[in-house]
Formats: sequence, structure tokens, C-alpha cells
Amino acid sequence: MFLINCPYCGERDQQEFKAGGEAHIERPKQPTELSDDEWAEYLFMRKNIKGVQFERWNHAHGCRKWFNMVRDTSNDEIKAIYKMGEKPPSQ
Amino acid sequence: MTKNLRVKSSEYIDETNRISFKFNGKTYHGFKGDTLASALLANDVHLVGRSFKYHRPRGIMTSGSEEPNAIVQVNPGTNRTEPNVRATEVEIYEGLEASSQNCWPSVEFDIGGINNFLSPFFPAGFYYKTFMWPASFWEKYEFFIRHSAGLGKSPTSNDPDIYDHRNIHCDVLVVGAGISGILAAKNAAKNNLKTLLVDEKNELGGSTIYENNEFNKIDNKAPSEWLKKEIEELKNIKNLEIKTRTSVAAYHQYNYLLARENLTDHLEAKDKTNKIRQRLLKIRAKKVILATGALERPLIFNNNDRPGIMLSSAIKKYSEFYGVACGSKNVFFTNNDSAYESALSLYNKGINVEAIIDIREQSESKIVKKVKEAGIKVYWSHTIVDTAGYKRLNSVSIMKLSNDGTSVTGSKISISCDCLGVAGGWTPAVHLYTQSGNKLKFDEEKKVFLPNQNTSEQISVGSCGGDFKIDEIIKNLNQKLKDTLNINETDLDGIKVEIDQENSKRNIWLLPSDKPLGKTKPFVDYQNDATAKDIKLALREGFRSIEHVKRYTTTGMGTDQGKLGNMHALGIIADTAGVKMGKLGTTTFRPPYTPLTFGTIVGRNVGKFFDIFRRTPMNDWHVENKAEFENVGQWKRAWYYPINGETMHQAVQRESKAARESAGMLDASTLGKIDIQGSDASEFLNRVYTNAWSKLAVGKCRYGLMLNEDGMVYDDGVTTRLGENHYIMTTTTGGAANVLGKLEDYLQTEWPELDVYLTSVTDHYATASLCGPNSKKILKKIIPDLDLSDENFPHMSFKEAKIGHIQCRIMRISFTGEHSYEINVQASYGKDLWEKCMEAGQEFNITPYGTETMHLLRAEKGFIIVGQDTDGTMTPIDLQMDWIVSKKKYDFIGKRSLYRSDTMREDRKQLVGLLTDDPNIVLEEGAQIVSELNQSPVEMLGHVTSSYFSPNLKKSIALAVVRGGKDMMGKKLFVPMENKNINVTVANPVFYDEKNERLNA
Ligand SMILES: [Zn+2]
Repeated sequence: MFLINCPYCGERDQQEFKAGGEAHIERPKQPTELSDDEWAEYLFMRKNIKGVQFERWNHAHGCRKWFNMVRDTSNDEIKAIYKMGEKPPSQ
Repeated sequence: MTKNLRVKSSEYIDETNRISFKFNGKTYHGFKGDTLASALLANDVHLVGRSFKYHRPRGIMTSGSEEPNAIVQVNPGTNRTEPNVRATEVEIYEGLEASSQNCWPSVEFDIGGINNFLSPFFPAGFYYKTFMWPASFWEKYEFFIRHSAGLGKSPTSNDPDIYDHRNIHCDVLVVGAGISGILAAKNAAKNNLKTLLVDEKNELGGSTIYENNEFNKIDNKAPSEWLKKEIEELKNIKNLEIKTRTSVAAYHQYNYLLARENLTDHLEAKDKTNKIRQRLLKIRAKKVILATGALERPLIFNNNDRPGIMLSSAIKKYSEFYGVACGSKNVFFTNNDSAYESALSLYNKGINVEAIIDIREQSESKIVKKVKEAGIKVYWSHTIVDTAGYKRLNSVSIMKLSNDGTSVTGSKISISCDCLGVAGGWTPAVHLYTQSGNKLKFDEEKKVFLPNQNTSEQISVGSCGGDFKIDEIIKNLNQKLKDTLNINETDLDGIKVEIDQENSKRNIWLLPSDKPLGKTKPFVDYQNDATAKDIKLALREGFRSIEHVKRYTTTGMGTDQGKLGNMHALGIIADTAGVKMGKLGTTTFRPPYTPLTFGTIVGRNVGKFFDIFRRTPMNDWHVENKAEFENVGQWKRAWYYPINGETMHQAVQRESKAARESAGMLDASTLGKIDIQGSDASEFLNRVYTNAWSKLAVGKCRYGLMLNEDGMVYDDGVTTRLGENHYIMTTTTGGAANVLGKLEDYLQTEWPELDVYLTSVTDHYATASLCGPNSKKILKKIIPDLDLSDENFPHMSFKEAKIGHIQCRIMRISFTGEHSYEINVQASYGKDLWEKCMEAGQEFNITPYGTETMHLLRAEKGFIIVGQDTDGTMTPIDLQMDWIVSKKKYDFIGKRSLYRSDTMREDRKQLVGLLTDDPNIVLEEGAQIVSELNQSPVEMLGHVTSSYFSPNLKKSIALAVVRGGKDMMGKKLFVPMENKNINVTVANPVFYDEKNERLNA
């Protein structure tokens, strides 16, 4: 059970949060211009890394804010947390 | 006449408090402070159970939670009964009853015991190999296996006890109150750290508290005396909370631990009432100090499982702590010095110690010399090759070990005895450490797996960290405390420790016998009857991974998780396969460390607190008017209102007719409501709904369909424009929270530039949906001054009004196809509004209707219910709702996906109406649809999603999704059921009032 440092509320128990999948996948600005393959790439393709992964999390039972997390999936170490729109920390 | 083996008065046993209890129906006596195990041993009872596979008689082996054999059913036949309880952990109380498990009809005569003689036919993987085929026989096998084996019985009536949960946040959690844990907790608390010390036992002090080696000294005192003084001092330390009878079950990431605090299990029935039985502690600690100690290992030799064969350390604890001798003729079998302490403990109390069998060549420590001086015979370089005695050990046979330890030589000596203490060294209890996600390393010299690291958040101290002698323990503990707690000095600086040095070691994982291995039974896992033979067989059959060998042989898979024998299993595998133990690794230690009751896990969340539920403001009225309820998500919704003993069908038919013929009313308060404000609110709706919103005038309502990005229908509902920059959106009852979450996600992460604010107001409004041709007249009676003309208040529009002093929002929208109004008031006025409508509608026979009638009425109109007629694979095109998908809008959520090659396929499942050829047959929802009969296999074209008997149409109607259904209008299809085929015809899904004339009726 992680202890997650919400950038807006501080440390809270994991059960207040919802994981939202891979981070930094921007919704295409002009979807109609995309081929089926390009759209499918956005829609379906997600990484599932053993190691350092960039993820979206939501403080669903708290401030309801979304934020980003860098987590090592092999040992669940949370390496960084940063707000939406902020640049990911360089590794 | 049973013997009394109480040999010494102990300060932990209250001999003035005599307690009677029953075991297997027979009454025994013990004293306050006894465990069930110590009290039985004092009565010379060793035989307490039968093993799982061979049903061999088994006795008490240990004195703690690692016990594999003495597994009992406590208070059988009562509502407080509990299976799989370790007799070594049950504190006795007046009236306690316990019985053996795993035996039928009784522990003394057990039918399954015949398996023991059949054991050549029960090798590793026997169950997998034998019961695989034929599959149809499995039920028979299962019946036999369950009846003759079984692992206790669960209670059959409600648990009368209360359970509780508590959150604890602390600076330092110390697990284990042996010498290391006590010193760690004391120093942490003294440095102003909020400290919690827990121990599974009822007394603090661990094994040091009954330490009897007179050659060990701390500050010139016996370690037990020294430690008692330390324990005494704990009472006066601030910041320190101590919890005994508290076992840490799980250690999760980020120092989150679960512990079970046992509060009443040691009390008499009359003292248990109205008290919390067990409490689950949810502990979040800044730092965790593991001081969980070490478990003594047995030795693996032929027939090492007979009642009377115990761990040497357990014999010492029973003797020193409980004042009980486990036998009158004792023998010890050892590979280290600790058995000599146990032997001396008995000897000093005048109990007969026949011999010590030591696999080492010699040992020169002081305690060994003392044993020799006492005249106890020591057989060096010897091993036990066999034991005898069916229900109780009566002798052991020993032979001389060869130099390499793989065989025996010379002649066999038989020693008669009734108790054998086995000492195979120590295994650090690293279970919690590994649960926390950290790795182990193997120490070749000590032959133990040890924590690979101590971090700033977690350290392992004492014997669980690999320090077994008091001098090492105190020295290393001192340094670790300073490093972890960031302190310069501790109480431990300058403590003087003298110890009796052990100078000789020998480790043999599997001891040889004069018989070939195939003819012996050297048990590795006592509870699951896995022997060294089974492990070697698994290796011969090609299993290599330790995890596979474990599952194939079931080693370590019992309720004790193989706490005693796992190391030997690993050692035997390593030796046989020629692999280093460090390379082999261990199996995964999984929580819980010791079993938890379900009661503790669920705590107070039982009965009506099992899941939260939500009630509408009108709920009391529904209850008073005898509504039946259904669960919709967490909501309790009125389902139908039976009168005069109506069945559900009768009630729904009546309600449906009334709603169309005169007036009906539905409690629609559960619909999700989201308040949307901001200068970009219209643009936002344009992006989330499939249809256009910019041109919706203030005061107008519009139905919207929301897709997922994959083009599939996600939710629907009516949204009303309350002002220039203000909308109220309704969602499905079940989808409300998810829709809000999804909209927030887009706003925050994709379109942060939009000026839009979302607020859930579902609970703030109560909604009465008034429908039917007389609904207008009823509303007029309640709000006489509101102009209800079609010109002023047309379909799909909104008005604010007042009913008396109650402010309300009225939408003229319809989910039934009838002229209807949804009246929203502040939630606290909900019941008042409802009653006003009922009163005003009385002259029109206004009929309250529930969700079932609502479903029927909308199905007559072909209106979908998201989640019933859709399942996450339906696009709006599949639903034949092309009209709601804007062709003009550049983009909306899911738009691009509607042009994917797959979503454009013509043969997708599409929503259609179905009419049965026999109008009285109502299809089953979920029934499959085919176009051919008498064909096998036959393609399933789709399934029925909604089906009702329509009282208004006087026939059965259904909605269904059918492959290529759009082009099948009028086609005959079949719904095959178990014993008949139903003929159906594809129809327009709008069955009633296709031209929507009734909306303005
Ligand atoms: Zn937050």
C-alpha cells in the first residue's frame, strides 16, 4: 500500500488514489487527419515496463486532481511526483 | 491415571488459579498462564492430531506460532468455533474446549491412518497424477478426500463477536519483544520517537526471559534477570505503546503493516461478551525495526515425526517457562550446543536425560562440559537412523556417522525414551522482511538466509538479522540503532556481556539411515507430509525451480507455510542438484505470517455495514407504501409497489398502464447530476457529447450521448442550459461518478485551457418524474401561476418555479414517451414534493411506479439503457442512433473511432426490436439468437438485451443486439431455449407511438 505525496494535499494512503495508466500520451489535436494505424497507436498502445515507468494518477477520493508519477514497477519505489503540464524529471 | 509432569513452580504460571478444560471430550486441568499445549503436556498428552496425507499420529512439536502439528478446532460445535488454531498459541481458560482435526472418527483410531501403510502409493504429485483422469470421477475422489482429510470445520452460525480496525501512525514500530526488540523500543522512545512495540505472545521477553545457560552474563547478571529489569523500566517510558498478543500478519510497501491484536481469546465465555475480540491494526510507521527472532530447525531423519519428538528449544521453554517436563525419559539429538541447555534444564529439575546424540565430532564449550560432568551420556558423530512407537515415541536407534555424513557405520544402538528434543540450528524469521519487498542473501557459514540490507526505513536486529549470541546481538543492535535513529548514545553503550562460546558446527540437511532412502520417512513438511524422498523424486522428474518443487511436493504449503522445514527442503534440493543454496533462492513468503480470521479482516464492515448504500430523500415514503427495492449501484431504488398481494408482474402491468392512461410518478433522484459552469461550458459539451451544443438556447434541454475514445457508448442523459455559462447535466444512476471522473480527466489533462468547473450535485437535489396524459393537470394544481402551455413550456425546455416557498427546477422531458415533467427540489424537500404530487394527483389516480415499470415504459419506446442494451462494444451507429452523431463537428470524444475499419463493418451487432410470433411468450434477457435450427455448431447472431410483456400493446416486446440486424427488418429468427425454440421476428425497436404524438398529449 503506497504512501503517495499528492502535490496538492501531501502524503495520503494509496486507497484514496486511482491509477490512470501511462503518462505523456497527448490526445491528437486533429484526430481526423490520422490514419487508422496512427489513431490505433494513440488509442490502444501502452507500455508495460518492468522498471521506471511514467504514470498518471488521480487523487480520486481527495482533491480530485490528476498528476504524474515516476514509479519503478519492479519495486514500487516512487521516484518523482509532478503536476500535470510540468516537465518530467530527467532520469 | 494421567501423569502429572509439572516440575517446577514458574512465575508465569499461576498455580493458585486452576483451570479445567476439555480436549477431545476429556476433562483436564491446567493453570492460568498455560497454553493448551503446555497444559496437555503437563498431563502427558502428546498425541494431538493426524497428518494430512498419511494420517500419521502427530504430537506437539513447538511452543509457538510455527507449530505444524498441534492444529486444533477450538470450541467445536459452537458459534465461536475456529479451525486450524495452533494449540501452542491458545491460552487456556475455564470452559475451553478443543478437539483434534484431521482424524475421523477419532485421533486414537483414524481410518485415514491406512494411508500410512499405503504410503508407497502416495508419492509426490500423487494427487495430481491420480485424480487427473477420468475427469468425471473427480467428484467421487473429492468426496472421499474431503471427508477423510479435511482441515477443520468452519462455524455454521453467525459469529457473535465484534471485530475492529484501528489506524496507527508512529515514528518507530518494533516487531517482536525479545531482548533486541525491548532494547530497540526503549531507546527509540527515550529519544522522543513515538514508538509501538508489538509481540505475538502474552509476555514480553522472548526466549531470553527463560534463558538458563549459567555461563552467559549481562553486566554480571543472568540475562533473564537483567532483561526483567529492562522490561520493568519500559512501564515508565513515555511515547511507548506496548501491545502483546499482537501478531504482525503483513508487511507491505512504504512501511504499511497489518497486525492482529487479540483481546478476548484468552478469556472465559462470560468475559468475552460485548467486547472487541480482535482488532486489525493498520500501522504506518516511519521506521520499522524487525526483531522477530529465529525459529529452531528440526533435523531430518527417518521417522522424525512421532508424538514425543519436539524441538529442543520447545522442551526448554516448557521446562523453564511453563514448569512442565515433556517426558520422563528424555533424549536430545543435535548439531549445536543449544540442546545441552535444554538437557541441563531438565536435569536440574531432576528429570531423567538418557543421552545426547550429537552429529558433531566434539564441542568444548562450558555448557557441554557441564553436561558431561552431570554424567549424561553424549554420543558424538552419531545420528538417529530410526525411531519407534506409534502413538508415542518409545525408542530411538542410533548409529555412527561416516566422515562425510552421507552414510552410517558400526552397530545399531537402541535407546528407550518417551521424548526426543531435536536441535538443528536456527532459522532467522525473515518472513516480514521479505514481504516488504527486500531480498535475502545466503550466509554459507551460518547456513541461513539473512536480510541483504538495512535501509533508513527498516532494520532487522537480533537473531532475525543473523546475530544469535547475546554479545553479537547487543553490539550490532547498538550500532544499528545509532545509525537508523540518528542518535549518538544509547543505553547499550558500555554493557558488559560474557558468553559461552560455541566452537563447533556441523550441518547435514538430510541425515542418513541404515535403510535406503526409499524405505524411510524423513519428514520435511510435517503438516503436508512431504518427505525428503518426495523432494528428490520431484528433482528426478525434472522439476528445478524451487517454486515448482514446492507446489509439486506441497512442501511449505500448509497453514504453517513450512516455517520449520523449508530450509531443509532448500538444502536437500541444493545438495541433490549440486547447486549453491544462495543461487537457489527461497520460495516467496506471503502474508499473512500467521492465519487471520475473516472477522478481523472485515472488522465492522459486516451486515448492513458490509457495503455502503444510498437512499433517496423520498425513501421513507416508499417504505411506508410497501415498495420492493432493488440495488442500483449503491442506491436502494423503489422497484415496484405491490398492492393487495400483487406479484411483481401484476404490479408492473398495473403501474405501466396507469402511467400511460392517466398519471404515474417515479423517484428519479438517483440520476447523476453534474453542475457545469464557466465561459467555455458550451465548447466543453461540444467536445464530450456526440451532438452539437453551442446553439442550445438558455432554458432548453437536450439529450446527449457520450462515447469513450474508442467510439463506444459510455453514458447518456439530458443536459439543460440554465444560463449563458451554466448547464446541469444528468447521467445514468450507475455512471455518475465515472462520468464526473472522466470529464475531470479531460479538463485537467487534455484541455486545461478551457474555463469550466464541474461539481457533483447528485445528492443535493431530489427529483420526481411526473408523467402521463394528466401530468400537466396535476402540475397545474401544485403551481397554479406557471404557464404550462406548449408555447410557453414546450417539450425539452426548462422553467424555474416555486411550489409554495420551495424553489424548484422543472424540466419538461420524457423517458416514457408520455407528456412529463421532472421536478427537482433541494433534497430536504424531496419527500414533501412527492407527497404534494401524490395529493394533487389523487383525483387522477396517480400511480407511483418503480424502476421495473420505468424500464418497461422506455422499452416500449425503444429508448436504450446504457449498460443494459449496451455493453461497451456498441457505437451510436450500432444502436441505430446515427441522428445524434454530428457530422459537422470537427471533433468530439470518440469521433475518430467511428471511422475505424472495424467500427464501420456492416456485420456488427446492431440494436433491433424483436417480436415473438406468439405474443404471450416473453423472451429471457440474455437469451441467444440464431437464424438456423438443426445446425451444429450454430452461429450465435446476438442476444436479447431487454424483454417485457407490454400491457399497453398487449404483447411481448424485446430489444436485442443482432449481427447485421439493421438490414434484417421483418426477418424470422429463433431463440433456442433449453426445451423449446421460440420463433421471433425482427422489428422496429420503437414499439409504441412511433410518431411521438403523446409527448404533447
Ligand atoms: Zn490531493
